[in-house]
Amino acid sequence: MAAEQKFTPQTWPESPEQATLEGKNKFLGFWFFLGGETVLFASLFATYLALKDSVPSDTHAKAADLFELPLVFLMTMLLLTSSLTSVFAMYHMKNYNFKKMQQWLFITVVLGLAFLGCEIYEFNHYYHEYEHKFTSSAFGSAFYTLVGFHGGHVVFGLSWIIALMIRNAKRGLNLYNAPKFYLASLYWHFIDVVWVFIFTVVYLMGMVG
Amino acid sequence: MSTIAHTQKKGFAGTVWEYLTTVDHKKIAILYLLAGGFFFIVGGIEAMMIRIQLAVPNNDFVSAGLFNEIITMHGTTMIFLAAMPLLFAFMNAVMPLQIGARDVAFPFINALGFWLFFFGGLFLNLSWFLGGAPDAGWTSYASLSLASEGHGIDFYALGLQISGFGTLMGGINFLVTIINMRAPGMTYMRMPLFTWTTFVASALILFAFPPLTVGLFMLIFDRMFGSGFFDVSMGGNTIIWEHFFWIFGHPEVYILVLPAFGIFSEIFPTFARKRLFGYSSMVFATVLIGFLGFMVWAHHMFTTGLGPIANAIFAVATMAIAVPTGIKIFNWILTIWGGSIEFTVPMLYAVAFIPSFVMGGVTGVMQAAAPADYQFHDSYFIVAHFHYVIVGGIVLGLLGGAHFYWPLMFGTMLSEKLGKITFVLFLVGFHLTFFIQHFLGLMGMPRRVWTFLEGQGLETGNLISSIGAAFMALGIIVLLVNVVITQKNNVQVGRDPWKDGRTLEWALPSPTPYYNFKQLPLVRGLDAFWIEKLEGKTEMTPAEPIGDIHMPNNSFMPFVISLGLFIAAFGAMYHADEGKGWAIPVLIIGMLITFGAMLYRSIKDDHGYHIHKEELLDDAGKGGTH
Amino acid sequence: MKQKLTKWRLFTVVGLMALVLSGCGEPFLSTLIPAGEAGQTAYDLMMLSTWIMVGVVIVVSILFAVAVIKFRRKKGDTSIPKQVEGSHILEIVWTVIPILLLIILAIPTVIATFDLADTKAMDKKNEDGTTDALVINVRANLYWWEFEYPNQKIMTSQDLVVPTDQKVYFNVKASDVKHSFWIPAAGGKIDTNVENVNQIWLEFDNEKAADADNLFYGKCAELCGPSHALMDFKVQALPQDEFDQWVASMQAIDAAAAEAAPTDPTAAAGQEVFNQKCLSCHAVTTADARPEPARTAPNLAGFGDREMVAGILEHNEEELKNWIEDPEQYKPGNKMTGTYGELSDEELDQLAAYLMGLKVEQ
Repeated sequence: MAAEQKFTPQTWPESPEQATLEGKNKFLGFWFFLGGETVLFASLFATYLALKDSVPSDTHAKAADLFELPLVFLMTMLLLTSSLTSVFAMYHMKNYNFKKMQQWLFITVVLGLAFLGCEIYEFNHYYHEYEHKFTSSAFGSAFYTLVGFHGGHVVFGLSWIIALMIRNAKRGLNLYNAPKFYLASLYWHFIDVVWVFIFTVVYLMGMVG
Repeated sequence: MSTIAHTQKKGFAGTVWEYLTTVDHKKIAILYLLAGGFFFIVGGIEAMMIRIQLAVPNNDFVSAGLFNEIITMHGTTMIFLAAMPLLFAFMNAVMPLQIGARDVAFPFINALGFWLFFFGGLFLNLSWFLGGAPDAGWTSYASLSLASEGHGIDFYALGLQISGFGTLMGGINFLVTIINMRAPGMTYMRMPLFTWTTFVASALILFAFPPLTVGLFMLIFDRMFGSGFFDVSMGGNTIIWEHFFWIFGHPEVYILVLPAFGIFSEIFPTFARKRLFGYSSMVFATVLIGFLGFMVWAHHMFTTGLGPIANAIFAVATMAIAVPTGIKIFNWILTIWGGSIEFTVPMLYAVAFIPSFVMGGVTGVMQAAAPADYQFHDSYFIVAHFHYVIVGGIVLGLLGGAHFYWPLMFGTMLSEKLGKITFVLFLVGFHLTFFIQHFLGLMGMPRRVWTFLEGQGLETGNLISSIGAAFMALGIIVLLVNVVITQKNNVQVGRDPWKDGRTLEWALPSPTPYYNFKQLPLVRGLDAFWIEKLEGKTEMTPAEPIGDIHMPNNSFMPFVISLGLFIAAFGAMYHADEGKGWAIPVLIIGMLITFGAMLYRSIKDDHGYHIHKEELLDDAGKGGTH
Repeated sequence: MKQKLTKWRLFTVVGLMALVLSGCGEPFLSTLIPAGEAGQTAYDLMMLSTWIMVGVVIVVSILFAVAVIKFRRKKGDTSIPKQVEGSHILEIVWTVIPILLLIILAIPTVIATFDLADTKAMDKKNEDGTTDALVINVRANLYWWEFEYPNQKIMTSQDLVVPTDQKVYFNVKASDVKHSFWIPAAGGKIDTNVENVNQIWLEFDNEKAADADNLFYGKCAELCGPSHALMDFKVQALPQDEFDQWVASMQAIDAAAAEAAPTDPTAAAGQEVFNQKCLSCHAVTTADARPEPARTAPNLAGFGDREMVAGILEHNEEELKNWIEDPEQYKPGNKMTGTYGELSDEELDQLAAYLMGLKVEQ
């Protein structure tokens, strides 16, 4: 099957992301990559737990002082929903419905951007209201590194999805770009899963104390 | 189309351009071999300086500060920039051929991995010329690495970070290649041991490098961006670095030694003309070693004060690794038992490896006994132990592998006579250098000392050790002469040069066609080529008719992406300095180059090209050179 | 070739045994001549593991040597040996035997690990906060050691003084970068971390101490900077009564005793120089009340009785003057260089006379 062959919904394969050897390789390789990313975030979580509330003096804000549930809950909802919309996008990708896929991806991107906006507001808030900075304490360093790495992943994921949407806007789906869309969505799910852990470990456990 | 792409540019510039843009695993292997070989020599020169300094007490051949830079760079260079890339050279050169693949799964990423490693290594070594090398030891323990002045540690952290990305990509690439690209009939339990060890080592890379990445990021942030992970006055904790370093560092030992085991597992059957004894238990032992390798990191930290419970658990877990390693040793001995041994140079290395490595292994078990390790730790006993493992295991594997696979990579055969001289010099020098160091350690000589005082009973041992090092150096010089002479004479040796090749890579014509197998081979069992030869055939039975072969295009982007990070690293490093306003722009420009190149790669379609059936038929008589 | 190899193996094995059996190194430094219980425990475990491992090496070497010698290919031999797949029985044998050997090693390892970590005696506090056990607080600095005796309320540096025939307990930590506290003859090392206090106990046998002239060498075992190799200290292991005497005379060096002018005029002039240039860092009383961060240099009370200058130079006025004149030459990267300006030859003489006169009352 040539990569740029034109398809109809009837001839479009069941798993377009794995229909070519390149697609299969990318699919598997990306899962391995996510395995490595998991270890990366596990290391960051371990560091955060080790340095949580580890501040030079009592004047520095601790986790229990900082976090507020409503904002974080909103962020969680935004990201969870965006994960769901990317599932819809992939559903349409598998049905060879390019237009709907693009629409759902667009919604995903909007939700992701909203999440990012909340995060920027949140960091700004901590920074100015609580003097909780990257350079103010080990706790601050560990917090901003963990949550910031996640935020960096969100930025990269959004850029990736946007780039794919623009690049392929005119030419529709084929077996060359189907794996790309699929992997971007997989990446987006991974980001979402990491956030669930951040929500639990950093925010919920942080507020409990 | 293919022929155009591959014959357009000739001459020296053309060759350079070809190698800068190549995505062919065989050429990338040569790049790894050249770069790794270069860094091996750099690391070797550093080693010689260490031994000259320590030859006599109170020596002042190098100053104290410089000595710390030399030991740091010796360790870092040998592990990250010599041993790993040299093993990657063999993995690239051999593994795809062993499983009957046309190339690796991601040729572009393969090239990217190399260039990242190369620029990372280059960056690290530029420290010598830009204000001083890192000086906190290859372990770079956090309190000292934060206290270290100048930019040495910055070079260490940024350089290793860049080359680490490359290694990680290489690991994923090999994993996918082995899972997805095996030839018809090449089941997992028919894969040659070198492929198996590459597989397990790649899995270890995948899970061991991220903790190092995180540790290095924290070091970079602490030193360059004002964070406080390891700064106790900000609430930080330096033990975190120790944990991350060794969660990476211990599996790293197996990442290095398993492929060396793999090389020996290929050499023994070949020159004993006998199949590997206990193949399935060898595979099992490899996987088990890889698994246990993650459970034992804290045995490097017995004296850190983790408490008796942690120490006892890690002591027992460490001892457990001796069991699968022992299984391997006995299987190798039983492989040559009853065989018909021909002492070629690769076989000499393999034979010498067994007792040498056993020595390193047993001292490892001794250190697993935590209370005894309170004495061994950070003494010359440890230095002796890990050199027995690394030189006795890995370097002997690399030297043996270089001789063994030279015909496969270059189509020529290294001189057996000079090879034997190298072997004798190197082996004698190795034992002379390191055996005595066990006793120096027991006699109370700490590790990483710049000098030692008279009257402590350490003079003789150190002098013997330094003499041994000179023998090793001579051996390597002879090897270099051997390489130059061999390549100058350029006598092509043809298919299956060792005559007893057993696995698929020897079934190919020499030099290997750039598309590897014209028709994917049909694998009918372990030692696939051997099976065919026993039936009187000289080639593999094809599994498919001749058809078009899909090939990837060369690309300059891997070089550009890596170059961008290389440039950005300078910006990150200098931005904290007074009066270096250019640093942040440089950081941004570097990152833009990298991300721009990635975007370009992502946006521009690259479908590769096809070699058409007719061309392959034309090539039939010529053996396909490129 | 193979004969050479075999010989080499034999040589190493025999060499290993010979060296281990004879014991080697100097009694004041070597781990192979343990000076007390902690060192002995480690030594016993080292020997147990060594003998097991020598056994393993011998078995492997014999098998290996036989295989290599017996199965050489004869010239022109083109026969193909029997292709053996493997042997389950053998696999089980060489899996089970190592496991048994490791169990033999693992049990004493675990027991010894807990024994050596048993510092409960340090927690048994009397009403006044002191302990019955002798406790010493060790603080490692670039590149010197401070030893504080909290029960006795005295402090010294570079020369650790301990009583023999009893367990001595240590709290160890570092004040700048990580170091590691190691007295090889007395036992294993423990890291001095920057973020926490580690605990360890050591013991010095009276007779073993006598063999080493009551003086052991201590080392820093963790790379800590340019002069890591020179961060030595000395351990005087004294019988209990001599130790008590030493404690009493050290306690006598109070502020009044330290401030009293020496009778020798040169030394008295030296005291003036010292008070001007050195006193802000170096204390000369054993009861230094300043907090840790202020104690940036070794306590010099009783300096005249020490074994070495700066831990590495012979203890005489000449070397002392050399050291003060240019510390950088002897310990690169030390924190003393450049903190007190130039000293004239005369001032050096005076300082040396003063410092050498800082002896405990006998």
